[in-house]
Amino acid sequence: MTKSNIAIELINVDKHFGAVHANDKVNLSVKTGTIHGIVGENGAGKSTLMSILYGFYQADSGQIKVFDKDFRATSSKQSIEAGIGMVHQHFMLVDNFTVLENVILGSEGGALITESLANARVELTRLAKEYGLEVELDIAVEELSVGMQQRVEILKGLYKGAKVLILDEPTGVLTPQESDELFRIFEALKNEGVTIILITHKLREIMNITDHVSVMRAGKMVAHRETSKTNPEELAELMIGRKVLLNIKKSKAKIGKPLLVAKNLEINNEQGLKRVSEVSFEARSGEILGIAGVTGNGQGTLLKALAGILPLTKGSIEIMGETISPKSRLNPEQLRNLGVAHVPEDRQKMGMIADFSASETALMGYQNDKDLNQGIWLKKSLVKANCASIMEAFDVRPPNPNLMSSNFSGGNQQKLILAREFERDPEVLIIGQPTRGVDIGAIEFIRKRIIQMRDAGKAIVLISVELEEIMSLSDRIIVMCDGVITGTVNGADADEATLGMMMANALESPAEVKGAEV
Amino acid sequence: MTRDRRLSWINGLLLPLFNVLTAFIATGIVFLFIGVDPIEATKILIYGALGYDEGLGYTLYYATNFVFTGLAVAVAFHAGLFNIGGEGQAYVGGLGTALVALYMNPALSAWIVIPLAISGGLLFGALWAIIPAYLQAYRGSHIVITTIMFNFIASSLMVYVLVNVLREVGEMSPESGDFIEASWIPFVHDVLANFGYEVTRSPLNMSIFVALFFSAVVWFFLWHTRWGFAIRAAGKSNEAAIYSGINPKKIIVVTMCISGALAGLVGINELMGVQHRLFLNFNYGYGFGGIAVALMGRNHPVGILIAAFLFGILYQGGAELDFELQNVSRDIVVVMQGLVILFCGGLEYLYRPVLIRYLAPVEASE
Repeated sequence: MTKSNIAIELINVDKHFGAVHANDKVNLSVKTGTIHGIVGENGAGKSTLMSILYGFYQADSGQIKVFDKDFRATSSKQSIEAGIGMVHQHFMLVDNFTVLENVILGSEGGALITESLANARVELTRLAKEYGLEVELDIAVEELSVGMQQRVEILKGLYKGAKVLILDEPTGVLTPQESDELFRIFEALKNEGVTIILITHKLREIMNITDHVSVMRAGKMVAHRETSKTNPEELAELMIGRKVLLNIKKSKAKIGKPLLVAKNLEINNEQGLKRVSEVSFEARSGEILGIAGVTGNGQGTLLKALAGILPLTKGSIEIMGETISPKSRLNPEQLRNLGVAHVPEDRQKMGMIADFSASETALMGYQNDKDLNQGIWLKKSLVKANCASIMEAFDVRPPNPNLMSSNFSGGNQQKLILAREFERDPEVLIIGQPTRGVDIGAIEFIRKRIIQMRDAGKAIVLISVELEEIMSLSDRIIVMCDGVITGTVNGADADEATLGMMMANALESPAEVKGAEV
Repeated sequence: MTRDRRLSWINGLLLPLFNVLTAFIATGIVFLFIGVDPIEATKILIYGALGYDEGLGYTLYYATNFVFTGLAVAVAFHAGLFNIGGEGQAYVGGLGTALVALYMNPALSAWIVIPLAISGGLLFGALWAIIPAYLQAYRGSHIVITTIMFNFIASSLMVYVLVNVLREVGEMSPESGDFIEASWIPFVHDVLANFGYEVTRSPLNMSIFVALFFSAVVWFFLWHTRWGFAIRAAGKSNEAAIYSGINPKKIIVVTMCISGALAGLVGINELMGVQHRLFLNFNYGYGFGGIAVALMGRNHPVGILIAAFLFGILYQGGAELDFELQNVSRDIVVVMQGLVILFCGGLEYLYRPVLIRYLAPVEASE
């Protein structure tokens, strides 16, 4: 067995991607049988580091030891053999395979799988008992909840003999209750001697369940702490390198008349599946209406319908004096002309075009603007001047309209998109995930701008998977689960526990709030 | 020079250059295999294509066709569409041109007839592209498949039209009668003669200026109008286009019409410029050649002009090779074309990593 109590040791691990120094001489040692957290902002190099451990990437230099043995994986197979299992942020499961089939995927052991299926069944039943990981084995994975799918991933790792489990942002897709359940599983695993590496940017999780924590910033490992001897403030400071006040102060809302009234909306997604039903609400001038919910519970579909991208199948939206119904659609351009701005959830695919220049990305949606066109001629000089001016207003760096959009950092791309939408002085703003994948400095800036728009009397509909964001910005919060509204709360009265219950639709009397008029 | 600039030079100029050179070296190896001295062959090819005014005339005349079909492929490409149907669109476009040039009142001035005949080519080319475009946009049939099939349909249609409709009574060969003289586009040697310059006769005609004009139009349209912006946005990302209020389905139809219209201009050069009648297979090879030209020209009008010129050289020089050397047939042009497509299209980025390592290395991280 192991000679020392160190499960994983990284010594001066270095990795470049082109100009990006993703991992800069990283050192890390993880003790066997502990839960070790790795925190850092997006782009700090956490995922790269773990991918090196898992054999997806090779380090440029440095040394890795797994249970005291030199280790250099060129494929995930070697990592699995060395006893490392990984649960990715996006699950690597075959949806229409059963749990059992998914688990043996990659270790079928021959042309005929009957025998390995039988063996796996025995082994999985044992594992499930030992670690409290009960999952039905013969059900197709697509029929399981997200939390259950995650269990399958963990089981898969254990089945393949993992002594070290790496989990990349495991709670991103879970309700708070599901997260707590996951943490209980962690404890059970730890008690059985499994080492867990938890990658996250949520400090609450780190404080709650880890034994040790390492902080990464800009590719460097900046600190190692015993969790019991640190606090969230210190970790946050280490993560971002300076103190940032995230709870932005806002004045009392001066609420005016409703600018957007949604009545009994029913909406299908792009695949024609009903994702939203019986949703009614109002967005009033001077307030931020937050829509909370676990990803994939209809908020995204709702947002697209409000922006004119998806049609309604039932209900109506009154917006700036016009009415959208299943029979009369308004397209995104018509809505823009009415003064409805839309910051899409998916910045990369929808909000910008990676290999367009910044000035072209800043033109998206406004290409027919009379101020930028002279007759048939789209005036490049005006487009660039416009881009330069909104870049200045939103401090987009570098302020170069000719630079390719993909060459900006995530935060600056997002600022460019927000600048494009905000600087047109719209009346209604539909904003999805304004700070997803954005560094903390930019988060602060973006949230301040959203509040400024509110104070200027705009009606703002905000969708975010970050409860903390919804809670700190919204004047009113509606919660969606499974396509319906499961609760409505005043921003000031919101607390995480209640919202979490609503997100899971687990309040005692959900019928009361279901589809309630807001 | 910043790294971005270096990269764009590498992508825009050095890569195509290296790719073409590789294709030529590969052709040279083919020559060695069939027992032809590659140096000798190159001399014949270059002299035949550029060495005297008649050869140059032929080169430019071939290049004119490639400009039209190259532009056609490039415009579609910017909308993310691979238009393989240039061949058929050029063919049917020629019918549009011919109908005007055959049946207009012969007394009309050339200043009226020529623009109308050009419009006929544009219109019929566009019409031939609109069905595959509609099927792609609204029915999900893949445009590559449908445009290829439409090439065959065009071919059959034209045989029918030429044999049964346009053939003059008593004629044996499937071709139309002569175009009215007002539709003839003047030869360059005739125009030059008017100014006192004597050059040898060649099929080169004033259509080459139509080609230059449309190159400029395409450049302006794609990069300096809102419609061009919409096409390029839809070509890059469907979702981003919809978000921007652009209807990608409409873009598919409109872009394919433009693409087909440009291909339809081949008939201007071939029919109005040279033959003055409609005949079978006048379009042969230009539609497919246009794909190679667009690939090599990196879908930019300037690149297309250069690539079309190169293909003109290959066509004319290849004919010359066929004439001069015993064991070389005209098919060598097809081989060269194939190698150019292989190295410019299939192996487009073969040299990129090396070029970047030496010419635009990543600066040490900050």
